[in-house]
Amino acid sequence: MAIETKGLSLWYGDFQALFDVDLSVREGQITSMIGPSGCGKSTFLRTINRINERHSYVRTEGGVEVFGEDVMAEDVELVQVRKQIGMVFQRPNALPISIRENVLFGLKLHSTKKMSRAKQDDEVEKALRRVLLWDTVKDRLGDVATSLSLEEQQKLCIARLLPMKPRVLLMDEPCSALDPKATSAVEDLIWELRGEYTILIVTHNMAQARRASDECIFMLMGKVIEHTKTEEMFLTPGHQETADYIEGRYG
Amino acid sequence: MTSTKVELAHRASANAAALYRGRAWWVDRVAQGVVFLGGLSAIVFILSIFIFVAKEGLGFMVADLNIKEFLTSPEWRPTEDSPTYGILALMAGTASVTGLAMLIAVPFSLGAAIYIGEFATGKTREVLKVLVELLAAIPSVVWGFIGLSIMNPLIMELFDVPVGLNVLNAGVILGLMAAPIMTTIAEDALKAVPDSYREAAEALGATRWQVIFKVVLPSAKKGLVAAILLGVGRGFGETMAVLMATGHAINLPTSPFDSVCAMTATIAAELGETAQGSPHYQVLFAIGISLFLITFVINMAADVFVRGGLRMRSKKA
Ligand SMILES: Nc1ncnc2c1ncn2[C@@H]1O[C@H](COP(=O)(O)OP(=O)(O)OP(=O)(O)O)[C@@H](O)[C@H]1O
Ligand SMILES: [Mg+2]
Repeated sequence: MAIETKGLSLWYGDFQALFDVDLSVREGQITSMIGPSGCGKSTFLRTINRINERHSYVRTEGGVEVFGEDVMAEDVELVQVRKQIGMVFQRPNALPISIRENVLFGLKLHSTKKMSRAKQDDEVEKALRRVLLWDTVKDRLGDVATSLSLEEQQKLCIARLLPMKPRVLLMDEPCSALDPKATSAVEDLIWELRGEYTILIVTHNMAQARRASDECIFMLMGKVIEHTKTEEMFLTPGHQETADYIEGRYG
Repeated sequence: MTSTKVELAHRASANAAALYRGRAWWVDRVAQGVVFLGGLSAIVFILSIFIFVAKEGLGFMVADLNIKEFLTSPEWRPTEDSPTYGILALMAGTASVTGLAMLIAVPFSLGAAIYIGEFATGKTREVLKVLVELLAAIPSVVWGFIGLSIMNPLIMELFDVPVGLNVLNAGVILGLMAAPIMTTIAEDALKAVPDSYREAAEALGATRWQVIFKVVLPSAKKGLVAAILLGVGRGFGETMAVLMATGHAINLPTSPFDSVCAMTATIAAELGETAQGSPHYQVLFAIGISLFLITFVINMAADVFVRGGLRMRSKKA
């Protein structure tokens, strides 16, 4: 299993957002996570790479293992955790530095010695090619990344994870800020990355979950209701709540 | 039937009324006028100050003053029979005190701003912010008093020098004076950096310090430069504390223990004793104009630096 949680609960102050979540996410597949707004999808994702700990009022209980290693262990180094687990956010959050520097940002953080210029160029090209962005930006790698379109920025946000060779990619509604055309472009890209990376993607878009994932997790009020193969969930949902949600009877 | 008609007529008149200028329009108009006057007055005031200073000093500066001597001679002897008006020593005094003050204030205020903005949370943060604002409100004469009565003997004792009223004293005082306001401005600049940048960097594995040095500080560069400039401006313009703490002796300083005399302090100390319109009176205004120009040049330079930095960043491959 790529990701395995056991009895995972989370509180924002006094408010409990996750209840005893047991989940296993299969290696090399795309797993989508669906559920009504506020059910804890983002919270779950943000617990895996422990980015939720930015807020001092967050308290977590239970275990999270990524490729068999306890992410929550006391002596774990967050830097290493985040190197292994890349995250793509809802709003593209390219840094206000050049496109090139964005791609190299993570790599530079983690490498102790200086890389040669040629090696850097190589990494930049490889990553940008992988996300199908190279041809559009190769002549303006020095431009500020925030000058790109949202679609391009989101692709860049994916690209900058790749040089660090993460094994898991967490994506929190990566297309929700994009128009339909850009959405389908980014979706294609995610599908491209399947197999090489284990991808856990949150989406509000049923069609997207259905066509672009192997397994599907349905959450409700901080609990996992159902976790099966995607086709199965959409054809023969095992719970009434799941059926209701898929058919759009929830907000 | 009739009631519908009445209603229709009613609605028509209501519609008609809505087409014409009502109270809201006039309120809008008046508010616009008031705001415009406010904006205009700021410009008028600044222009009149400028014109007044120029009128008193500029003519003299152009016609009678030996500019070369004015700028390069350290001899400031305005009251002698054949007076010399060299302000080099005064400029050196102002520059040395401001320079030392910035050496102290920049690291302190940036450090404080980073701590308050990026590390402190909850109550600590609120209390610190209030304290810093309180510090900023201490009048300069109080700082001057501290320089005279506390720093002076302290410096004499610590460094075994005959006078404690010198560059070091004034620099420290001025640094402490400028730091709070610089901290406040710098903290605002840090706060203006979107949190999503920090989150992005953290998710890529940056440590707290890496986030600050690689993301937050570069993004806040403009505001931080503004904070430093404000401090420099404060240093150049500060009069009372500097007058009290420098020793007010004309001197080209060679060490922090030399007493000096600042441009502002000279104006303040001497303007009251000169006859209006006399050369001495006018040359003091010329010093004022020089201060004006220096501040202007520093601001311009910083502006070019900030803009240039941005452009380079977007051009560099
Ligand atoms: N930083 C926070 N502080 C306090 N409460 C939070 C915080 N983030 C989320 N919550 C609460 O936790 C619950 C779960 O939120 P979460 O963002 O995980 O939901 P979600 O499923 O991602 O919703 P959406 O589909 O709208 O993104 C919500 O009730 C939300 O109000
Ligand atoms: Mg969410």
